[in-house]
Amino acid sequence: MPDPVVITENLTRRFGDFVAVDHVSFTVEAGEIVGYLGPNGSGKTTTIRMLLGLYEPSEGKATVFGFDAFRQSEEVRARAGYMSQKFALYDDLTVWENLTFYGGIYGIRDKQRIEETLALVGLAGHGSELAGALSAGWRQRLALAIALVHRPKLLFLDEPTSGVDPSARRSFWDLIYALAAEGVTVFVTTHYMDEAEYCGRVGMMRDGKLLALDTPAALKMRVVPGDVWEVHAEPLQIALNACETCTGVLQVGLAGDHLRMITERGMKEKDLRLRLMSAGLTVATLERGEPTLEDVFLSLAKG
Amino acid sequence: MTVSIVAQHLRKTFGATLAVDDMNLNIASGEIYGLVGSDGAGKTTTMRLLVGALKPDSGDASICGYSVGKQTEQVRAQLGYLSQRFSFYEDLTVLENIRFFAEVRGLSRQEWLPRCMEILSFVGLDSFKDRRAGQLSGGMKQKLGLASALVTRPKVLLLDEPTTGVDPVTRQDFWQLLIRLVSLTPNPSPDGRGEADGVAVILSTPYMDEAARCHRVGFMRLGRMIAEGTPSQLRSNLEGCIVEVRGRSLLSLRQVVEKIKGVEDVRAFGDKLHLRVVSGRAESVIAALAEAFPARSGVQVEARPVPPTLEDVFISLSGSKD
Repeated sequence: MPDPVVITENLTRRFGDFVAVDHVSFTVEAGEIVGYLGPNGSGKTTTIRMLLGLYEPSEGKATVFGFDAFRQSEEVRARAGYMSQKFALYDDLTVWENLTFYGGIYGIRDKQRIEETLALVGLAGHGSELAGALSAGWRQRLALAIALVHRPKLLFLDEPTSGVDPSARRSFWDLIYALAAEGVTVFVTTHYMDEAEYCGRVGMMRDGKLLALDTPAALKMRVVPGDVWEVHAEPLQIALNACETCTGVLQVGLAGDHLRMITERGMKEKDLRLRLMSAGLTVATLERGEPTLEDVFLSLAKG
Repeated sequence: MTVSIVAQHLRKTFGATLAVDDMNLNIASGEIYGLVGSDGAGKTTTMRLLVGALKPDSGDASICGYSVGKQTEQVRAQLGYLSQRFSFYEDLTVLENIRFFAEVRGLSRQEWLPRCMEILSFVGLDSFKDRRAGQLSGGMKQKLGLASALVTRPKVLLLDEPTTGVDPVTRQDFWQLLIRLVSLTPNPSPDGRGEADGVAVILSTPYMDEAARCHRVGFMRLGRMIAEGTPSQLRSNLEGCIVEVRGRSLLSLRQVVEKIKGVEDVRAFGDKLHLRVVSGRAESVIAALAEAFPARSGVQVEARPVPPTLEDVFISLSGSKD
């Protein structure tokens, strides 16, 4: 087994009294896609910046490809690509010109490399279009091309698909999977549960702490305390209050036009129906639901 | 139930770009309507047409019966708007911020204080009224934004990506507030009379987990509405058509499943595949998988039908990949 690509040990960063990243330890293996899920301000971007050597850890350390992320940041950056959440494209330059400009920063002057990178992200033949005229999904691809032009073996994606629709997001992720299959390690931050489902392993961040890190399926199995149910009942607010007092119901929340609840594991449908009825609820429909990463996050946040 | 937001054949172009085309909306009071699509799909333009900040090329819109084009002042009096990047005076307190918004909207001295306190208690910020806005957490700032939008007791609330960047705990609270807002009379008068219809809410989001919480959802793509309905209605079109597959390795599994008859589309996730199959073919696809990976092959493959998500629906409607 080759050495892990990223190792952090008690990685910590303080800004004055504020602890942005709090004793975080994890490893990422080559070819893995690891997601970092948490709200704004939970320490996701600060972690990436330490891994890229942009911030010095206040405590602990980060190793990337065996190099100290801060002291040997030049070595790290030569091997890592970074697509930031607010990537800057020159709207009045063409796709080709944008990529050539950023490639130049890495000393890449090779026309063929530019062509190959455009082809890799599915922009071949679009080199002469103005960046400003591209759709949100295509802008994302160009930003990815810029992060990939120096052929990094590690790719940091900071909220890569915010603002694109599911079909563009899915195309984007197909590109990421193709890169990972070639051995590129990918580290993604997101605050959306949908996006985290695309990752092989997901870390849950809150208030600078890494609460858990595992595959989506394992997190759902391990962290969500019971079975998920979708309940349609009217009126919603009164039903919600009734459910909160019902025995065997561990969590209940509003989900648009219905309620979503977690009950003790192994609860039978007819037992649950009886319990809800005796709590004063008129149940229209009751169905088993699928646990989500949001359930995981809510359970972790409670604990 | 009254219809609060109406749009008829709205169309708006910017130069050669068709931003919104043939947009029709009928949103009732008490309804939470989600406008879903990517950046550039036309969500924000639609919102701006509804508030009268933009003039449509053709078509028209009305809010609570007032024509957006002809009765702009009356329309604005009915509206609360929370933009994606709302701003506060960070060095003013919560109450001072709300007061500012109230006074800007023309509330008199006698009116604003009780009104502000009522709204702050509704969003759960009453005990933080003297805290400076700059010192609020992200979730509290968002509640302050909602409070500022509600201070004029709007009948129609427009929210532009309201929960971007907040954590799920805060989001749950926020949705609970929204649902209370639309299901109960949001601002009951102290004597308990003056009951009115609930507020109508239209919110925009690029994310499906957010959309799934709305009463009704409209999918927008390239300026047009491509589908509309309740989350359950939209999902029912794909009922029985999604099969989840787990096993190792996903990459090689994917190559095999793409060739199975009846599989229309394969989506990869971190630790699973979602297949969209022809209606009624889920069982035969699962059987074909079991055949392709018999127990003796040593490859463990699990497959089961799962309920479709709104994301599945959106992708199947979008057809093309980008």
